[in-house]
This record gives sequence, structure tokens and C-alpha cells, in this order.
Amino acid sequence: MALTDSVRSGMTTATPHAQTATRRPGRHRLTRRALPYLLSLPALLVCIGILIPFFTAVYYSMMRFRLNLPMMKGFIWFDNYISFLSDAAFWNTMSISLLYAFVTVTGELILGLGIALLLVRPTRINNAVSIMLLLPLMTAPALAALMWKLMTNPNFGILSYLVGLLGFTDFRWASDPSTALLTVVLVDVWVYTPFIMILLLAGLRSLPKQPFEAAALDGVPRSFVFFRITLPMLMPYIITASLFRLLDSIQQFDIVYSMTQGGPGDTLMVFQVQSYLEFFQYTNVGRSAALLIVLWAITYALSNLFIKHWLKLRERAHGPA
Amino acid sequence: MNQTSTLERIIRGVLIALVLVFFLFPIFWILLMSFQNNDQILRIPPSLFFEPTLQNYLALLTGRLETTAGNLDIAFMRNLGNSLLLSTCSVLLSLALGVPAAYAFARYKFRLGENIAFTLLSFRFAPPLLVLLPLSLFFKHLHLTDTYIGLIWVYQLICLPLILWIVRGYFEDISPDIEHAYRISGHGWWKTFRKIAIPLARPGIAAAGLLAFIFAWNNFIFALILASASKQPVTVGALAFVTASGIQYGQIAAAIVLSVTPTLLLALYAQRYLVEGLSLGAVKG
Repeated sequence: MALTDSVRSGMTTATPHAQTATRRPGRHRLTRRALPYLLSLPALLVCIGILIPFFTAVYYSMMRFRLNLPMMKGFIWFDNYISFLSDAAFWNTMSISLLYAFVTVTGELILGLGIALLLVRPTRINNAVSIMLLLPLMTAPALAALMWKLMTNPNFGILSYLVGLLGFTDFRWASDPSTALLTVVLVDVWVYTPFIMILLLAGLRSLPKQPFEAAALDGVPRSFVFFRITLPMLMPYIITASLFRLLDSIQQFDIVYSMTQGGPGDTLMVFQVQSYLEFFQYTNVGRSAALLIVLWAITYALSNLFIKHWLKLRERAHGPA
Repeated sequence: MNQTSTLERIIRGVLIALVLVFFLFPIFWILLMSFQNNDQILRIPPSLFFEPTLQNYLALLTGRLETTAGNLDIAFMRNLGNSLLLSTCSVLLSLALGVPAAYAFARYKFRLGENIAFTLLSFRFAPPLLVLLPLSLFFKHLHLTDTYIGLIWVYQLICLPLILWIVRGYFEDISPDIEHAYRISGHGWWKTFRKIAIPLARPGIAAAGLLAFIFAWNNFIFALILASASKQPVTVGALAFVTASGIQYGQIAAAIVLSVTPTLLLALYAQRYLVEGLSLGAVKG
């Protein structure tokens, strides 16, 4: 006890960093000044490494640039973007990406919140269950899509067999345009619901006990407790989790590409799949880059929202920077 | 909250069971499939009881697939080796680059530091193809297309932000006073960093490293675009394998099982740290 006390008092009275620094001679002060820059140099280089291809992509997006027709290469300002406005394929990509993101995040949020509420009491069984639920999340999404592809195979897939028992004898999952979206959303929900669940579970367990005890004493109905106490207090966690998911979901590639490569037809041509095909199949670099810049603009707006919100949370946890 | 009725407890139990079935059944079913031959897989109705066979795994291990149409060479073990090599090297490099930078971000307030940290964080949310497609053209010029080095370098985009943000959080939670005391007694900066700061942050560094490993292993899009056939990891290799082997469903299932087992085991081992790591510390669990 005495030891920890002395450590703790030592912590509060110790000299701050800056003072120890000024006591050192000049040469040390110089290295001190340079030290943080030296330490973060590698991270800086990686940043530059990312920024160069990024600016190249911006440049490409303003070019007529097809790998198979190098002679036609030329700067055309915003023509690629302008052509999107009247392009049905572009609007299909836009609406399917937004629909995909909205459906997956809504489904995962409702399911994740439900499961977190089921598991909120930290009993041994509940903790074991929440650990088991990490497994889908840690499965590579590309491989998860292959697993579901095997299970929905029309010849032997267990799921095809089970829905057959329910009377849907010709249910063709991802290869039917009317059920393809449902199938990939199902895989997305399988992989990512646990992400929302563990974040919300951590949130629920960190809520203060007093409001709930007071409500129980007063005999307040449980629906009231949920909507007026639990949900508002949990809101920061819900927003963090769903923004995180929204940013990833609108860029979904792995699951859609492994499962259907954007098909059947163009039913699942989400942004990244479309620009991948634009680049490698049609070798149209300019159009592919322009599509990605549009996607980036959407995610940038969303992620700014996210980072601002997240900084506020961080400040609350650590004190102002 | 304490006087829950029996009925409620039963409903909760049933719901939890349903949740477990939905999330674990696919893994369980693929595991079963990997021990079946094609006749057993194609049997209708499907059955839980069958004579298990190891021939799928043997075919993958030996790299020879005997089909009715002839023999097929499969390089799946090579994919597995590639995954191991790429993920391990990427994480080690990331730790070497990221831990000192995380320390600098946590201990010194400097403008450039915040800017770097935010550029990296905002690129965590940028569409990966935006960087990858131009890179695929650069790689041809730089002759990096058929190398591990190029991939390991690009994998830093996955590992480094993760390590920076998690380890930074750990350094911030450790009081700097112990380091000050050590320095006042005459030790240099480097020695303080090595003997005091790193050991104290070790759990955070380990957690970040494990998580970065899982993410590198699970990545698909980076290698799909930048890796040549001989350098592909399992995520890309498995898809190519499905296309090539056609109807060898048992081998496909076995390949999937071999590909996901390492990350699932690591996840169970490191589960305590996953909550914090996954949210980049946004939710302190």
C-alpha cells in the first residue's frame, strides 16, 4: 500500500516534460526537437506513398485513358464525370451501393443490438457465447462468401435443401437477380453483425448502474427504461458502430466479388466492383478512376462526420488534448 | 432485473441458441464437408452421419488432385505459405515502423504528428481501389509485380494505421513520470524507450500485432490486384481454386477450412483485445 501511495504522489508532483528538457544543454535540445519527427518519419513516408497514387488517380479521372487505345490518351477535364450524369450504369451503381449499405447496416444494427441485449449480463455462458460470435467476424469475407456459395449450391447446398423443404423448390440464391441482393446481404450480416454486437455489448456493460436501479425501485415499465434510459445512453456507441460499418459497407468488394462478380447481369454492380471491371475488363482507366473518386467523395463526407464525432468521444475519455 | 420469470429465461435461452446456430452453423457445415467425398456431399437428403475421409486434405497436401478428367496440380499449399509469409513480414515491419511513431504521437505534441495521424486514419476509410489501381500501373514500371517486397510494402496500408492507433492509445494511458524518473537518473532517450516504455506497453503492442496479422491474412483486394499467381495468399488462391477445380467440393471445403483456421485460432486467443482493437480504441472496452 505504502509503495503504491508514494508512486501515486510521485505522479502528481513529477516535473513536466518541458522543464526537464530546458535544463539540458543545447545539443540535446536540438535532438529533442528533432526526435518526434525522426520517430514518425516512417509513418510520414507511408503517407506520401499513399498520397502519390491517390493524386495520380485524381489525374487519371480527368483523362481519356484506355490501356488498349494508348493513342487516344488525353486530358479532358471533367468529361468522365459529366458523362456519368446521363449514364444509366452509373446510376445503377450509385443506387445499388447505397441500397446495399443501408440494408446491411440497418439489419446488422437491429440484430447486433438485440444480441447485445440478450448477452448483457456477464455470466459465464453469455461471455462464452460472445466469444464464439467473434468467429464469423474473423473469417476473411472473401472466404465467407465461398462458404455460403457452397451452402447455397443448387445441387447439394444445405440451404437450398432446407428452403426446398419449405416449398421454395427452385430458389436460386445468388444466381437469380431477384434474390442475389438478399444472398450477399445475408453473408454481410453473417460476417459483420458480431462487430456491432461486441461494440454495443461493451457500451451496455459500461453504462452507469444508478439510473437502472432507480427505475427498478420506482417500478418503471421496462419498455420505458429501454427507450428513455438505455437507448439514449447507448447512442454514442450506436453511432460509432454504424458509421464504421457504413463506411466499409458502401465500399463492399470482397463478398460481392467472390460470390457473383457483380452479377447476375448488373444486379450487384457496387462501386468498387464496377470500377474493378471497368479497369481490368474494359481497360478504361479514366472512367474507373472517376468512379472511385465519386465513391471517395461520399466516404470522405461520411468519415469526416465520423472523425469529428470520434474526437469528441476521445476527448471525453482522455481529457482535452 | 433480478427477478426474471422462468418463461423469460426460457425465451432468452432459445433466442441465444438460435443466434449461435445462425453464426456457427456455416463453419460447422464446411468443416463436415471437408471430411466428405463427393458422393457423400451430393447425397440427398444431406446427413450428419457419414464415414469421414482425409482424402481432401491429402490431395491439398500433396498438391495432386485426381479427377475423372485427369490429374490436376494445385498450388494451394503455396498459397498458404504465401499468406503466412506476407502477413508475418508485414506485421513485423509495421511494428518496427509503427511503435516508435506511436510513441512520438503519444508523448510529443507536434503539428506534423497530428497531420500524419489523421491522414492515415482518413485513408483507413478511403476506397482501397483508389490507391491500388494506380499502384498496379506503377508496379509494372518498378518491376514489383512479381515480388513479395512490393506486397509487403503495400500491406503497410492495412497494418500500420491499426498499429499506430492502438499502440498510441496504450502509450497515452501509461504515465510518463516513470520514464522521467528513469531519465533524470542519467539514462538516454533510447534506453528509456527500450527499457521502460516498450515493456510497459507490451500488451498493447502484442494485441495490435495479432490484430494486424488477422487483417493482413484476411485481406483479399490488395493481393487480387497486385499479386502475380505465384505470390497469391489463400483468400485469392481459394477463389482461383474454386474456378479451376470445378466440382471438387470436398477439396474446396478443406481449402477453406485450412485458410480460416489460423485467424480463428488467433482470434480466440486474443479475444480480450479485439473489442478495443476493432474500434481503433473508439470504444474503451
